[in-house]
Amino acid sequence: MKYEAPLEKYPVNIREAVLGKGEKAIKIGGENTFPFHFFEGSLPDPPGLALEVLDIQPENWSHWVLEPFQDVVSDPVSWAKKCVDVFGAEILCLRLLSTDPMGKDASPKQAAVIAKKVADAIDVPLIVWGTGTEEKDSRVLTEVARLCSGKNLLLGPALKGNYEEIAQIALEHGHAIVAQASMDVNLTKELNIALCKFFPPEKIVLDTTSSALGYGLEYTFSIIENVKQIGLINRDNMMQMPILADFGGECWRSKEAKESKEQGILWEAITGITFLLAGANLLILRHPDTLKLIKEMISEKK
Amino acid sequence: MALKGAEIMKRLPKTNCKECGYATCFAFAMKLATGGAKLEDCPYLAPEVKVELEAAMAPPIKRVTIGVGETALVIGEEEVMFRHEKTFFHEPGIAILISDKENDSDIEKKIKDIKELHFERIGKELKINLLALSFESGDKTKFETLVKKAYETTDFALILICNNIDVLLSAAALCADRKPLVYPITKENIDLAIPKLKELRTPAGVKGESIEEIVSLTSTLKEAGVEEIVLDPGSKNLKEGIRDQTFIRRAALKKGFRPLGYPTITFPCFMYQDKFKEALAAAAFITKYAGIIVISQVDKHFLFPLLVQRFNIYTDPRRPMTVEEKVYEISKPNEYSPILISTNYALDFFIVSGAIEEANIPAYLCIKDTGGIGVMAAWTSGKFNGEAIADFFKKYGIENKVKHRKLIIPGVAKKLKDELEEELPDWEIIFGPLEGSDIPKFLSEGWKE
Ligand code: SF4
Repeated sequence: MKYEAPLEKYPVNIREAVLGKGEKAIKIGGENTFPFHFFEGSLPDPPGLALEVLDIQPENWSHWVLEPFQDVVSDPVSWAKKCVDVFGAEILCLRLLSTDPMGKDASPKQAAVIAKKVADAIDVPLIVWGTGTEEKDSRVLTEVARLCSGKNLLLGPALKGNYEEIAQIALEHGHAIVAQASMDVNLTKELNIALCKFFPPEKIVLDTTSSALGYGLEYTFSIIENVKQIGLINRDNMMQMPILADFGGECWRSKEAKESKEQGILWEAITGITFLLAGANLLILRHPDTLKLIKEMISEKK
Repeated sequence: MALKGAEIMKRLPKTNCKECGYATCFAFAMKLATGGAKLEDCPYLAPEVKVELEAAMAPPIKRVTIGVGETALVIGEEEVMFRHEKTFFHEPGIAILISDKENDSDIEKKIKDIKELHFERIGKELKINLLALSFESGDKTKFETLVKKAYETTDFALILICNNIDVLLSAAALCADRKPLVYPITKENIDLAIPKLKELRTPAGVKGESIEEIVSLTSTLKEAGVEEIVLDPGSKNLKEGIRDQTFIRRAALKKGFRPLGYPTITFPCFMYQDKFKEALAAAAFITKYAGIIVISQVDKHFLFPLLVQRFNIYTDPRRPMTVEEKVYEISKPNEYSPILISTNYALDFFIVSGAIEEANIPAYLCIKDTGGIGVMAAWTSGKFNGEAIADFFKKYGIENKVKHRKLIIPGVAKKLKDELEEELPDWEIIFGPLEGSDIPKFLSEGWKE
């Protein structure tokens, strides 16, 4: 029997989304094949790797992950700058935890001012993340979108109950959004269809939600892999947006990550590589060592 | 590629003699196709037809067993490229590399450490499967000493790695009854190796510089009657590895290409000096198709995440994931500790137990068997209603575990509270938070003894 390499070509491309503005803008997606399949297709944009910044002092963070940020946790602007200047982050994710209605319940205005300060202090793309509370998030992200007009932020999560408001304001002020539907291929598609009626698909990033190694990784891994497969093989253009995996926080909450630094880094990095293999185009990470490790791993020469 | 009933039918005698126990040849063919009958049951099959059908009906990726008895590793027989299409069946073996160049006391310690490793997840033991013994000393006696030590003092399945074919085969003879994987069989040594492999009946680890090269090697082995083969396409890093693993599995599953229809072996231990990168490569090969993964680390903080990842990826997605019904005692609770109750849907369990650990407050977590369905669906179907929970309380003697009478129930189960107040009149029923992430706060602020 003669062997021929069983190549597969898919005649479509995942959409390419642009995050941020100017020289440091980052493109994600754009591939016409599965992750790491350089041998049979093109993957023009390496996965985006973001580091987290909180707008309030972190609570209950494990020592290992607090350590690198110890000197900056009280100020989101210094924190953001350290991530970029010292840890080489090419994307940041600012979490507006202060706005949590169950917590500090800070006003949208206050939060937006912080977001603006952070966005002004850095030149890399910024993801601005609410608390997942639909009503509050739509007010908070509306303020953020206005105050940071034209910066092409990535705003999220846009959920079933607030995507209209968030997408509308993002459209007016030139931002992209993350459409989030939890662990369900059909709900993801429904949300995209609804969004695409008035919002440009190339400004949407999908989030099917992600769980940590040992805490449901397999479910969320398979959903991402399935969405990517439907986009590439079934050519469903409502499933061809780049995919976000946001799991750094989940990983570092686990007792396994808290047990030792090495185990913590691996907990996060193994979760990360697993999602990259599923087809994620953008990862939100918590520890700078994880960022460095994954970056080196995926940028090695062939 | 599984054969369809109609295809099989064409090759049967079509006399409907019923001797196979089926009314017609057609019924027999259909049964064969689904694996419910054996070819031997029809006495009228021409021998060459039997051979042909057997070959056609064999699984596209051959099952290979390394080792014997309880610690044997079974790999192969995978059926899909993506786990959501069905499931992955046989977890890849994790092998730990031991070189004969290391000194005796280091080797001794390593073996001892490996033996003492013990990992568990939701009541399941997570195991290291193999020792990969590597000939690097250039000294045959040293290698044989290492092989004997592993053979005599452990019951792990073994891989013998040795570039000198004479040394390799004589070491294989020392432990042949343990069915070690003999590696590498290459184009240079295959002719010398075949007679001995047949005699010892050990599986062969075939190595080529490319997939083309292993295709010709496996064909030669198969012709010679060596059936159990493991493939190494010689990948040098993560990217090459993913390419080769993908090609091999695709060729076997989608093209029915028999010469590649075997499980594979990968060597993150030789690909990366940096142990973190080695671990990531191992994780990638767990996800993408390896049958065996050889790593150099014995450190439990490196092994445990990999074993958990393997456990996750090889979980059968067709089954609701459940945990065992019982009262989980988290962080050694006492008679004043809180009691929470939830379903045995694994994700619920992870979230709640993880949150309790995070809060660092010892507690009893009652897990009621609901067949793996979540709170609301289980309540609707009566598996998690007042009566069912009252029965659970009796069965596990919850009343005797604590002095207080407060029960925390899932925040979503609004109607459950009334039911429980009726069924368990002595108890104060308290709603937990709606979000798992609020549990730590809830417990640390709300729980006064
Ligand atoms: S024994 Fe063979 S020939 Fe007879 S009915 Fe069965 S399949 Fe047909």
